[in-house]
Amino acid sequence: MRAFADLLERLAFTPARNGKLTLLTDFFAARPDPERGYGLAALTGDLGLRQVTPSLLRGLVAERVDETLFALSYDFVGDLAETIALIWPEPETPASPSLPGLVEELQSTGRAALPGVVAGRLDEMTASERYAYLKLATGGMRVGVSARLARLAVAQFGDLPVTEIEELWHGLAPPYASLFAWAEGGEKQVAAALAPFRPVMLSTPTDLEALRDLSPSDYVAEWKWDGIRVQAVSDGGVRRLYSRTGEDISPAFPDVIEALDFEGTLDGELLVRRGDAVAPFGDLQKRLNRKTAPKTLLASHPAALRIYDILIDAGQDIRSLPFTDRRNRLEHLSAGFDPSRLDLSPLLAFESWDDIAALRADPPDPVIEGVMIKHRDSPYLAGRIRGHWFKWKRDPMLIDAVLMTAQRGHGKRSGYYSDYGFGVWDGDQLVPVGKAYFGFTDEELKELDRFVRQNTTDRFGPVRAVAPKLVLEIAFEGLNRSKRHKSGVAMRFPRIARIRRDKPAAEADRLETLREMLPPD
Amino acid sequence: MRFEDLLHPTEQGLYCPPGDFHIDPVAPVPRALITHGHADHARPGHGAVMATPETLDIMALRYGEEFTRARQPAGPERTEVGGVGVTFRPAGHVLGSAQIGLEYRGVRITVSGDYCRHSNPVCPPWEPLPCDVFVTEATFGLPVFTHPDPMEEIGKLLASLETFPDRAHMVGAYALGKAQRVIALIRAAGWDRPIYLHGALTALCDYHVAQGIDLGALRPATDSGVQKADYAGEIVLAPPSAFNAPWIRRFPDPLIGFASGWMQIRNRAKARGVELPLVVSDHVDWPDLTRTVEELNPQETWITHGREDALMRWCEMTQRRGRPLRLVGYEDEAPE
Repeated sequence: MRAFADLLERLAFTPARNGKLTLLTDFFAARPDPERGYGLAALTGDLGLRQVTPSLLRGLVAERVDETLFALSYDFVGDLAETIALIWPEPETPASPSLPGLVEELQSTGRAALPGVVAGRLDEMTASERYAYLKLATGGMRVGVSARLARLAVAQFGDLPVTEIEELWHGLAPPYASLFAWAEGGEKQVAAALAPFRPVMLSTPTDLEALRDLSPSDYVAEWKWDGIRVQAVSDGGVRRLYSRTGEDISPAFPDVIEALDFEGTLDGELLVRRGDAVAPFGDLQKRLNRKTAPKTLLASHPAALRIYDILIDAGQDIRSLPFTDRRNRLEHLSAGFDPSRLDLSPLLAFESWDDIAALRADPPDPVIEGVMIKHRDSPYLAGRIRGHWFKWKRDPMLIDAVLMTAQRGHGKRSGYYSDYGFGVWDGDQLVPVGKAYFGFTDEELKELDRFVRQNTTDRFGPVRAVAPKLVLEIAFEGLNRSKRHKSGVAMRFPRIARIRRDKPAAEADRLETLREMLPPD
Repeated sequence: MRFEDLLHPTEQGLYCPPGDFHIDPVAPVPRALITHGHADHARPGHGAVMATPETLDIMALRYGEEFTRARQPAGPERTEVGGVGVTFRPAGHVLGSAQIGLEYRGVRITVSGDYCRHSNPVCPPWEPLPCDVFVTEATFGLPVFTHPDPMEEIGKLLASLETFPDRAHMVGAYALGKAQRVIALIRAAGWDRPIYLHGALTALCDYHVAQGIDLGALRPATDSGVQKADYAGEIVLAPPSAFNAPWIRRFPDPLIGFASGWMQIRNRAKARGVELPLVVSDHVDWPDLTRTVEELNPQETWITHGREDALMRWCEMTQRRGRPLRLVGYEDEAPE
């Protein structure tokens, strides 16, 4: 348990992705099976241990610690598991139970026996192990490791392509002994599970100038819809919906799953669609990151797929076929689709790249965020391979905002104020509307840092408030309504497009301007 | 005589009327007894100062030789100040740190200053000083604070150097006490490469070395002869405030550590932007704090500063008389 506790602690405090990868690969290299596998599953949330509740923990600690002392401590620490881990009486002679033993024990212990088992374990561990154990038992790791990052770490550890791991992933179960055996040079396990995920094909950005070098007759074009990329699989009665990184999101989309009445693997866009009207991304967001979907939400926010490719057709892997052949197969298959849930992404008619530019400039639907351009002969390839699929997104939205706060960066950006909070005018007040930490050059970073240091008005830990003097042009991909933000709006992918040294702060944009950019309610 | 007649809180700090002196006053006074050299306890401008020889040296280093008009070195032997018996005993906090024992007409009060009961290679260990009133700090006065073995924390630093050999490992440590203790611990853990120091740490490290404390090879962290890349995989000590300054840009992909008792609390460490929290404290943790009160078993326990609510609750639970003094001007952990 000690090694896993140390790993958790380092991960929690290491902000950089590469740093996290190093910590994970070191753990896989240092720890034996099944410990490393259980550690991996704990981080990816695949252990399914959710029985230990906060109220159970409160009950346990109430038996050991004075209520007032606990309340004072919890108030100071702010996190229940951490408070309990720290306040729990230290063992005379600590034992370090193994991670696999603890996982299996939690899995096999019934509800009634659980409090006694958990208390007994807390009694024999050190504080950092107690913390890791409580996070494990309550299922909330929150150390900034996504399932995707964890799989990437396995790939890096074994020098394997991550796409192959993603393809296998849903056929594997903790503690992943076969996966680690493969990573260490053993045989690759064949994907035996039904309805596996296949790595998706990605596009590269383009523009009119770059397109001029290509022959329009070699390509097809489609609208780029502002939903999320998914893979829909129906295989021998098993149906699954995967995100583009291979997360199984089926439980949240029973309406879509129900409509997967075919045999094969399709690639498409997940949208919220009411009749023919595609809803803005904000509507889809209400359906995302959920374990289940309540009936009222299914009725008010019905999900649908707009299909644009096919990978497996009735058990036959057709990824190596050219796009046009796959499209023919797809059109044939689509005859059986329930059109309220599944439809085809139409191909756009065009002769020249200027036609495409005109289409892009004036799309028929506000939920279109650009055009996709695909080579007629392209096979379906895993990952982002140049020259096959291109995306030409609509121009970003732009506003002029005023720099309000800045936070220090980490690692290579240590010593620089590199994360910026900005706002727009609402009456004579500035309201924060977003944060951005990229989009600028190294030179601009130095300039911004200098501005922050010379114009600091207040400090809160690593954050500085600055005098509202500097205008930043912020580019972003879309705007949603938000109840969490005081301004009522939330930007997608905001970044700093330009420093507007020429513009006085009073002339920056107003909140009304942003509100007008919101999609219709 | 009531205990308050021998010692009571005033705006300037604790005052002893029969001896006509203050202890660790936060404003200039005619006569001050100083427990230790941290800036919130030892301030310049008093008429006369009585402290251990080391604390007097440290005050002179920090404030210049003119920090007071008259100095009187103090030690473990009892001396009389205005008829009050005064004794200085090691507090185990930093070099020169002392508890101050007062005795007057049969009443004994121990003002512990800041103290620590973990072993510390850079100063002599805490000694008990029996008393009727024990005046204690409660910086880490919550039962969530059980300081781990500092060698284990240093082990984390050395492990990180192996994991991230391309990054300069910056360790934030306050200039008096913590810096030298961390260096001594790193040495005890077997690290014999030079340790690089921010300029703000040099004078006090030199003083410790002059007092016979071996800190190994120390180098200035911004020696013009050293290239940026050469700091990869090296340990650099600096006051934590240096990490907010452009100074940090001289180091390759710096990994920010901080040696402090506060690092036990994740929110605190995160708020400071720390990547490597090292829980090394020069204060008593909760078990040592309560154990000390139990062992001394005073008639009253007075709490100068810190988290007195929890300690008051503990006094209530153990049927002891506790009293919060709520002195202002003492920091949670001496920012230098």
